[in-house]
Amino acid sequence: MFGYLVRRLLSAMLVIFVTSILVFTLFFYGPSDPGLTLCEKSGRCTPERAALIDKALGFDDPVTTQYAIYVKGVFAGRTINIGGSAINCPRPCFGISYTTRQPVSQILSQRIPATVSIALGGALIFFPLGLLLGVLAARKRGSATDRMLVGSSLVLSSIPYYLVALLAYLYLVLIWGVAPTTAYTPITHNPVAWFTGLLLPWLVLGITNSTAYARFGRGSMVDSLSEDYVRTAKAKGLTQRKVLIKHGLRAAIVPVLTIFGLDLATLLAGTVFTEQIFGIQGIGREALQAIGDQNFPVISATVLLAAVLVVAANVAVDVMYSVIDPRVRLS
Amino acid sequence: MSTKSVADPTRVSESTGEPFLVVDDLTVKFPTADGLVSAVSNLSYSIDMGQTLGIVGESGSGKSVSSMAVLGLHDAKRTQMSGSIRVGGMEIIGLSETRLRRVRGNQVAMIFQDALAALHPFYRVGGQISEAYLAHHPDASSRDARKKAVSLLDRVGIPQPDRRVDDYPHQFSGGMRQRAMIAMALANDPRLLIADEPTTALDVTVQAQILDLLQELQRDFGSAIIMVTHDLGVIAEMADDVLVMYAGRAVEYGTTKSILSKPQMPYTWGLLESIPEMDTDPEIRLLPIPGLPPSLLSPPKGCAFHPRCRFTGEVEGDLCFTELPPLDPAPDGSGHLIRCHLHDPAETLSRDNALKSEV
Repeated sequence: MFGYLVRRLLSAMLVIFVTSILVFTLFFYGPSDPGLTLCEKSGRCTPERAALIDKALGFDDPVTTQYAIYVKGVFAGRTINIGGSAINCPRPCFGISYTTRQPVSQILSQRIPATVSIALGGALIFFPLGLLLGVLAARKRGSATDRMLVGSSLVLSSIPYYLVALLAYLYLVLIWGVAPTTAYTPITHNPVAWFTGLLLPWLVLGITNSTAYARFGRGSMVDSLSEDYVRTAKAKGLTQRKVLIKHGLRAAIVPVLTIFGLDLATLLAGTVFTEQIFGIQGIGREALQAIGDQNFPVISATVLLAAVLVVAANVAVDVMYSVIDPRVRLS
Repeated sequence: MSTKSVADPTRVSESTGEPFLVVDDLTVKFPTADGLVSAVSNLSYSIDMGQTLGIVGESGSGKSVSSMAVLGLHDAKRTQMSGSIRVGGMEIIGLSETRLRRVRGNQVAMIFQDALAALHPFYRVGGQISEAYLAHHPDASSRDARKKAVSLLDRVGIPQPDRRVDDYPHQFSGGMRQRAMIAMALANDPRLLIADEPTTALDVTVQAQILDLLQELQRDFGSAIIMVTHDLGVIAEMADDVLVMYAGRAVEYGTTKSILSKPQMPYTWGLLESIPEMDTDPEIRLLPIPGLPPSLLSPPKGCAFHPRCRFTGEVEGDLCFTELPPLDPAPDGSGHLIRCHLHDPAETLSRDNALKSEV
C-alpha cells in the first residue's frame, strides 16, 4: 500500500511535469504574442515599448531558459520586474497575471474556495440523489416507475446544461424571484449568505448531473442484483433492505465511484458554465477570462491544477477500490 | 391427472400425517419477451425428515427452478405459480415476503453451486455466516453470532476456524468455500436442506468429502435433504428417492434402488447409459442421448421426450406425438412412477439391451 502510494505519487509528478512542459511549449510556439498584447492593453503602444516589455518579462529568452525560470519560481519564488516596478511573487510562483499584475497563486487561492464550494455542494446532491434514483429504478425494473425515471433522466440530460442553468436563473431568480440571488460569500465570512447564494447553483448542478448517475447506478445495480451472492443473501432470510443495500448496492457502487472521482476532479478544476451563468468568481471563470486575455500564466496554472486534480482523483478512486473490495490489492 | 395424487408409493417413512415437504401439482411459468416459459409443470413430490431426495435432469429441466420455489425465491411479480408447496404444513405459495423471510435460511436452507459466486466477495466468511444466524436470532449479540460462525466452520471441517473466520471468500480454496456455504446453510439448524449441485464445481476427491460431510450432518441433525444434480453417481451415493425431471415435468419417480436397477423410462435409460462404468469394456462407446433438451417456450406436443426417443415406433398409433403420458405406476410392479406410453418398458429395455450386446 505504501509502496503503491509512493509509486503513484512519482508518476503523478511526472504527469504534471510533462503537462507543464506541453502547455509552456504550446504557448511559446503558438500564434499569440503576449508582449504585444500587454503593450496594447497599456494604451500608447510603440514598437519600442513592446520590445521593452518582451525584454522585461523574458519573452525574448529561449524557451528552455523561460521554463527554467518558471520552474525555479514555482519552488523558490521570484521577483518580476514589469513597467519599472518589481513585483514580489512568493513561492509557489506561477508568474503574475498580465492584466492585474497579481501573482497567479494569489489569484487562484482567492478563486478556489468558490469553485470548491460549488463542486462539493453539487456533488453532495448528484451522487446520492442519482444513486438513490438508480437503485429505485433497478428495484422496480420494468415497471412504470422505472420507465418514468429512465425516460425523464434521458430527457433532462439531453438538454444542454447551460440552457438548463440559464433558464433556471432567468425564471427562478429574475422573473419569479422564488430563488435567492446567486453570489459567492466566503463561508468564514457569513455561512448563511454562503449557503443561500450557492443554493440555486447547487440544485441546478446537482439535479442535472444526477440524471447520468441515475442511469449508470441503475445499470450497475441491475447487474449486481442478478449476482449469485444476492440470491444467497435472499435465501438466508435477510430483510429486503439488507439484501438491496448491504449486498446489492455495496457491489454496485464500485463502477459508479470511478466515474464520480473523475467527474469531481473535472468540476473542481472549474465549473465554467455554473460560474459564468450564476455570476460566481471561481476558477472556471478566471480561466475563461484568461483565455480571452491571452493571460498565459493564469491559463497554465489552471491547466496544471486540472492535471493535479485528475491524477489525485485517480489515486483516490484506486485507494477507495481497495477499501471496498478486499480482493483488490494495491501494488 | 395422476400427478395430483399425493399418495406416494415410494415413501419409505411410516410417519403419520404429512411429510415435512409436500410439493403438489406445482407449475412455474415465467413471462418473457419471447413468450411464456413453462419451467415446471404439474410437479408433485414429497420428502420426510431424515430422507434424501435426488432431483435429476439436464440443464433447463426445471430442477433448480422447482427447488428455488420451495424457498419462494422467484420474484412474485415476474413469475406465475400455481399448485401447492407445504413446508411443515405451511403453504409457501402466496406467502407474504415477510413470512417467507422467516422460512428462508431458518426451516429451509439452500446450498448453492459455485460457492465463489454465491458468497459475497466483499464480506468476510464469518460475517456472512453470522449474518445468516442473526437474521433469525435477532436477540443474539454479535459476539454470539461470531462464536456460532466459528463453531459451524469447525463443524464442517475448516482447519483453524477461529482464524479462518476472518478470511474473505477469495482466500479459501474451492472445497473450503463449499464447506463455508454449507456452514452458512446450517446456521439455523434447518429441517430441510436444498443442495443445488453442491459439488459440480469441485474435483472428485473434494466432491466425495463434501458428500460425506452432508451425509454425516444429516445423521446428526436428522434433516431432510433435496439434492439437485445431473450426476447419477451423486444420486446413487446420497439419495433415498429419485425424481427424474424432463422439460419441467417428473418423468420417473421412485426409490433410488428401484430406479437405478430397473429404470422404466427411455430418458432415464439414456441418462444411465451416458455414465462410464469401471467394469465395462473400455472399447465400448458411451451412448449419449441424441438431440437437445426441448425449448420450454414451445415444448413438443405429446410426450416432451418423443423427438429424442428411440422407441416411439413401439407405441401404437401416434400417442407419443399427441398425448402427454400420465405419471403412473410402472406396469412391471417395480413400485415407482413413470411417464411413458410404452406398454411394457421393462421388456422393451431388456430386448434393446440384448440387441445391443449382439452388435
